[in-house]
Amino acid sequence: MSLLIRDVSRSFGGFRALDRVSLEMPADGLLGVIGPNGAGKSTLFSVVSGFIPADAGTVSLDGRTLDRLGPAARARLGLVRTFQVPREFHHLTVRENLMAAAPGQSGENLLGLFFRPGRVAAEEALTAAAAQDVMDFLRLAPVAGLPAGRLSGGQKKLLELGRALMAKPRLILLDEPFAGVNAVLVQEIAARITELNARGIGFLIIEHDLQALSRLVPRLAVMDRGRVLAAGAPAEVLADARVREAYLGGVVA
Amino acid sequence: MEAYLAAIGIIAAVYVLLTLGLTLQYGLTGLVNFGHVGFFALGAYASALLAMQGVPLPVSFAAAAAVAAIAAWPLGLVALRLREDYFAVVTLGFGETVRLAITSERWLTNGVQGIPGIPRLFGGVGIEAALATLAAIALACAVAALMLRRIARSPFGRVIEAIRDNEEALKALGKDPARFKLQVMMLGSALAGLAGAFYAHYIAYLSPDQFVPLVTFYAWMAMIMGGVGRVSGAVVGAALLMLFLEGTRFLRDLLPGLVSEVEMASLRLGAVGLALVLFTLFRPQGLMGDYTRR
Repeated sequence: MSLLIRDVSRSFGGFRALDRVSLEMPADGLLGVIGPNGAGKSTLFSVVSGFIPADAGTVSLDGRTLDRLGPAARARLGLVRTFQVPREFHHLTVRENLMAAAPGQSGENLLGLFFRPGRVAAEEALTAAAAQDVMDFLRLAPVAGLPAGRLSGGQKKLLELGRALMAKPRLILLDEPFAGVNAVLVQEIAARITELNARGIGFLIIEHDLQALSRLVPRLAVMDRGRVLAAGAPAEVLADARVREAYLGGVVA
Repeated sequence: MEAYLAAIGIIAAVYVLLTLGLTLQYGLTGLVNFGHVGFFALGAYASALLAMQGVPLPVSFAAAAAVAAIAAWPLGLVALRLREDYFAVVTLGFGETVRLAITSERWLTNGVQGIPGIPRLFGGVGIEAALATLAAIALACAVAALMLRRIARSPFGRVIEAIRDNEEALKALGKDPARFKLQVMMLGSALAGLAGAFYAHYIAYLSPDQFVPLVTFYAWMAMIMGGVGRVSGAVVGAALLMLFLEGTRFLRDLLPGLVSEVEMASLRLGAVGLALVLFTLFRPQGLMGDYTRR
């Protein structure tokens, strides 16, 4: 039961964004990926979630290879990503954003909509209740009726997480959940992630905020120039000489 | 006078059906369809040709909607992979292709000479038949509007509005936008086809020059003036469009002897354009408000 990334490469023109990257994590685990800008983190995410095809290498979930599946099919298998710059459905309310993410709704089928209205209504009630639970959990309930485009940056990050939760995920790929979020909310989001992980949902997190991330995850991988430099417990990884040179050099040392 | 009003009402209702199709495609889903007139034409010719072979009108009307929807299917399969702006260009090309095909396939459509003597609804040219036609098309508009409202407020509606707002995010949540967009293309085109059938059996004469891109853009104007993404906006906008198109006829009485018939036609078009410009300047959200302000 694991996510396996093996020897994945991807180039853009002459630039090698990913160079034989391999990573492995349990599907219900918690793994952080850090690295400087241009290290290939976002490309890795796009390849794993199916938005960009890999040139070589393979990605598999529970032994099933995902390489030929598009993003929607991967999400239906439980591999759900969020975006670095939140992509809320800005004209829909927060509640509608969450409800739109629920899988397998018979009201999404035009025939079902007109010929089985009773079933559609019953499902809608369940979906609305699930959305309410997510909003309570993420403290988004006060803005439930607000168009998502009017939320603050931090609230949009929470909404991204909330939508991923509505999609019945096994493993969530979080793209910089702390970027542009104030310190209080960073604590809040970190606490929610820990709680969800304890319930069995896995997380693969890309992050710039080294402090917050190393406190949150038991395992950390460091990327630089398209390669994984080191992976292991945060303290170990951060002590690694190559890592200090490549990434921490002028930043934290 | 009643006959004139009934005529205006029927043409306005034809535009209501066309605009409802666009509301579904663009207003709710964000698909830029510049070839709406092509589906309108397919519906008109399909129903007219079938009816002239003796097919009962209810059947030919259903066939009109079906032909337009089926025509949207391959177009959707190909074009929906394209980026939004390319999709707009392809649909524009589709509309023109339909018109050219009608012009050149003389064995079927009689080309530019057109098809005269198409059977009218309720069998006549009298005022009773016109009023009955008006009632029938008004009923069709009401059913279509209610259906669209049901769609807009359903899980399906939520997904297509999500497509309009951010398609990539929707994919990341496990939904397949292409499936929804294809259904929306087909359903919106079916409405255009139905509008075409009503038009054909009311005017009773079809020729290719009735299906120019301007028809598409009139429907776009109606949608913009009424309020993009609002079902009520489609109805109000089409009525307003008719008011401008017909109202400007009476401009001639205000400018007696100054302009010729041809100049008058250009003046009318100019007046309609001016109305649209003023609308986008002073009421960009349309009369009924658009989807951004609810």
